[in-house]
Amino acid sequence: MTSWQVVGLSIGYLLVLFGVGYYIQYLAGKGVRLKKNPALYSLSLAVYCTAWTFYGSVGMAADHVLQYMTIYLGPTITAPLWWVVVRKMIRISRVQRLGTLSEFISARYGKDQTIGQLVAFFFLIGIIPYIALQIKAIDQSMRVLSSGSEFSETASTGFTLNPIILLILVGIFIVIFTTRKIQSGNKNTGLVGTMALESIIKLVAFATIGIAITFMWFDGPADVFREVTDLKPILPNKASSYGEWFGLMFLSGIAVMFLPRQFEMAVVENTSERQLNTSIWLFPLYLLLINLFVLPIALGGNQLFASSPINSDLYVLAIPLQAGSNMLASISYIGGFAAATGMIIVSTHSLSKMLSNSVLMPLMINRKWLNELFQRNEQYIPVIFRRLSIVIILMLSYGYYAIVTDRFSLIAIGLISFVAVSQFAPAIIGGMFWKRGTRQGAQWGMIIGFVIWFINLVYPSFAVVGGQEILSPQLTSILQSQSSVNTITTTLFWSLFANVGAYVWISLLGKQHSVERNQAEIFVDIFKYSTAYESSVVWKGVASFPDVKSLMVRFLGESKTDKAIAQFATMHEIDVEESALADSKFMNYAEKHLTGVIGSSSARILVSSVAKEEEIGMQDVVDILKESQQLLKLNKELTKKSDQLRKATDAIARANKALKQNDELKDEFLYTVTHEMRTPLTSIRALGEILSDHDDIDEETQKHYLNTIVSETERMTRLISQVLDLENFESGKHQLTLYEVDMEELVLHALGSMEQVFRSKNIKVKADIQRKLNTVLADEDRITQVVLNLLSNAVKHCNPDHGEISITAYVLNGYLKVNISDNGKGIKPELQQVIFEKFFQAKNQTIRKPKGSGLGLAISKKIIELHEGKIWVENGEETGAKFCFTIPYKQHM
Amino acid sequence: MQSEQKKRVMIVDDEPNIIMSLDFLIKKAGYELFIARNGTEAMDLLKNEIPDLIILDIMMPDIDGYEVCQFVKSSEAHQHVKVVFLSAKSKPSDIEKGLSLGADKYVTKPFSTRHLMKEVNNLLI
Repeated sequence: MTSWQVVGLSIGYLLVLFGVGYYIQYLAGKGVRLKKNPALYSLSLAVYCTAWTFYGSVGMAADHVLQYMTIYLGPTITAPLWWVVVRKMIRISRVQRLGTLSEFISARYGKDQTIGQLVAFFFLIGIIPYIALQIKAIDQSMRVLSSGSEFSETASTGFTLNPIILLILVGIFIVIFTTRKIQSGNKNTGLVGTMALESIIKLVAFATIGIAITFMWFDGPADVFREVTDLKPILPNKASSYGEWFGLMFLSGIAVMFLPRQFEMAVVENTSERQLNTSIWLFPLYLLLINLFVLPIALGGNQLFASSPINSDLYVLAIPLQAGSNMLASISYIGGFAAATGMIIVSTHSLSKMLSNSVLMPLMINRKWLNELFQRNEQYIPVIFRRLSIVIILMLSYGYYAIVTDRFSLIAIGLISFVAVSQFAPAIIGGMFWKRGTRQGAQWGMIIGFVIWFINLVYPSFAVVGGQEILSPQLTSILQSQSSVNTITTTLFWSLFANVGAYVWISLLGKQHSVERNQAEIFVDIFKYSTAYESSVVWKGVASFPDVKSLMVRFLGESKTDKAIAQFATMHEIDVEESALADSKFMNYAEKHLTGVIGSSSARILVSSVAKEEEIGMQDVVDILKESQQLLKLNKELTKKSDQLRKATDAIARANKALKQNDELKDEFLYTVTHEMRTPLTSIRALGEILSDHDDIDEETQKHYLNTIVSETERMTRLISQVLDLENFESGKHQLTLYEVDMEELVLHALGSMEQVFRSKNIKVKADIQRKLNTVLADEDRITQVVLNLLSNAVKHCNPDHGEISITAYVLNGYLKVNISDNGKGIKPELQQVIFEKFFQAKNQTIRKPKGSGLGLAISKKIIELHEGKIWVENGEETGAKFCFTIPYKQHM
Repeated sequence: MQSEQKKRVMIVDDEPNIIMSLDFLIKKAGYELFIARNGTEAMDLLKNEIPDLIILDIMMPDIDGYEVCQFVKSSEAHQHVKVVFLSAKSKPSDIEKGLSLGADKYVTKPFSTRHLMKEVNNLLI
């Protein structure tokens, strides 16, 4: 490929990245809920895999076979610990609005600006070579891709490539996507989304190359591994090797938590602690997948280039080029480019925040000349400082790349950087879990650790530069060979040993400042305090309200300040505008808001510049903490109480609702019952009055009226006893009296008692009872009642001229089944359920039948259900309705 | 005026025993009587006959009393016909609904024959 094509490809890729970033922000702006997506979050964590993974692992595998894995095994092993460590960092950072590790550490150790500056400075020293390494990777890969199959790092055609153009574009990307809304607490969905996309791209690209190498240019994994017949060089074989393995895993396990870019993605961009759960398994899975093809590529490369060795870091590119596939080489290049840009973007973003919030801002914040320069536009200062920081960091990185990195393998610089990052671990972990840790201890621990790191790992590289191009042979071997790993793990051990030792020892000897004591309490017990953070008062004394407000206006702008103050007012139900003095709560609140924009130490400087702070003695802090703890306890108890109350109220409300419903049902039932009674009562009363008012009625009519009165009275009696029956069944007063019942006898008996009725209505009855029906455990009287009820229903509804009724009984699947069918009109499907409801007739006037209380079927249903059976109606095969019921044969209680 | 024809009363109810007692009472009071045993029969009868008063049950199979009353009150030919609801529905809301449909009286079951006949006589004067 020509240089132009390579540059075009890179720029094209960056433009796509811009587009995606904008699109995701657009989606997020429209309310699409990408923010809380745990997969997106976990993928964005894979910014851990840089160009070093993409190119360097292969290089390391080609030289030391399995050792590359330690870099991924470390994070995999420590991932479950994130729930303890990272979750705590997330909670603390959210509550205290901390946006970088330097602020995190400085906040813990008394919001002190010196320690913040120190941390930021160390981070810059530690990470800038790492960024330079990415630039180097881009540069190398560009040259190799454009050189075609010659793998020389000079272009065969076109101009000499220089990554600076691409770096400027990346810089623009960082400025656009990270400095528009700089308040921490504002989540940057565009950034997270693009990082997740880059993670996918590098995984897909790497897997594609791996598959191509394994299956296209070799005959599967077995062929690639052909040369590896002896396992000895793969596995650790010396005692020192075990130490190296352990050291590297330990190192990467720490780095994955405390690298600035990881902090940015895992802590700052975290939107819910639950995302962490997903990432604990998804992130290691990603690492596994991306490492799957490292060995095939490395061993394949070793075989292909056995005769003419090339830099093994570049196998991923060189193998497709060797095979003549520009397409695959381009894919590989894009994957590496994605890995490099991802690291550059997030690291620069994170470092720029440190540089501006912890170094530049505290130094300049109260300078008169700066205020005069910006006059009334001071809310732009943070943004400008951030952009300035981005430019500075990228320039430093480029400078480092141009002067120093040229000679080292990718993996060496990466590991050196990791060791630098690990120096923060004691201060951070100690700060979160040990209340006694002091600023002095943390500071000296880090300084000592860094000095050891610098002397052992960095100084040699500067020595190289100092000696111009003359590279001493020993140095080359230290930085490029097996012994470099040894140097690294040894340095790791001694630097951390000294670091932790100094931290603990000096902490134990020293005394904490009051603010520090307070912050230590909050950090260590964050899960206790995070809900009641406002009550953990740090500021004692007062400031004038307008002073504090003007501070906020300076850096937040008019509208945001007003909003924040209004929020504070509603939160505490006070009228802030009325008060001339800002109390400690408000000062705390203001400090927190300022911290989000300009960092914790600057915020502290600013607030203390307007506060007439009384000197707080240690006793005061202890008192304040005690008080707030008591408040917390009280609060907890109150919460518990109110919870109990609420539960009780809920229960009462539910019971009340049930009662009301019951009441309504009862009302309805009563109404229907009285209504059903009114009809016979009407006849009785009317006929009775007629008989008593008129003496001239003939005897026959008199007799007829009297008979009617008697039969209507019987109707009422029946109704009353049925209502009572049903009521007793429902309330459980009626219990079944269970005996072994011979069903054949029962049915025949029932038929016998109705014979009179059948005969008078000329109804044909067919009975088909299975022989030798076993006796069933049932209440004989009640079942008889059901059978009679169904039979009399059948009588009422069968064909008035040629009435036919059939009754069958048999055993089916452990149930006794009885069917009673008639040849009437049948029952509409939509009514087949409701006819078993009580007073169904009364409620459904249009199908009112001439006789019946409307309770017979309801009672029958109740009886059968008490027997644990079922009753239903279906339409018979020909015409008419078929009522069926079943009773189980099982033993009843 | 006194030599006018007998006033005509129509009974609509699906309870035979209630019809039986009303039959006796209406005839005894000297009115001419029609009987309908449900809503459909009542509507059929009303096509040809125009009674002076209808004693109307509400809850009946097919067409209910409300519908019959609505028909009577909206038909030109039957506008002068008096309607007395005679129903077991005794809730105030039921009575209100009956009267809102244009009925002249609403008597609840069980009713006093004396009271009912007094109302009927009053309406027919």
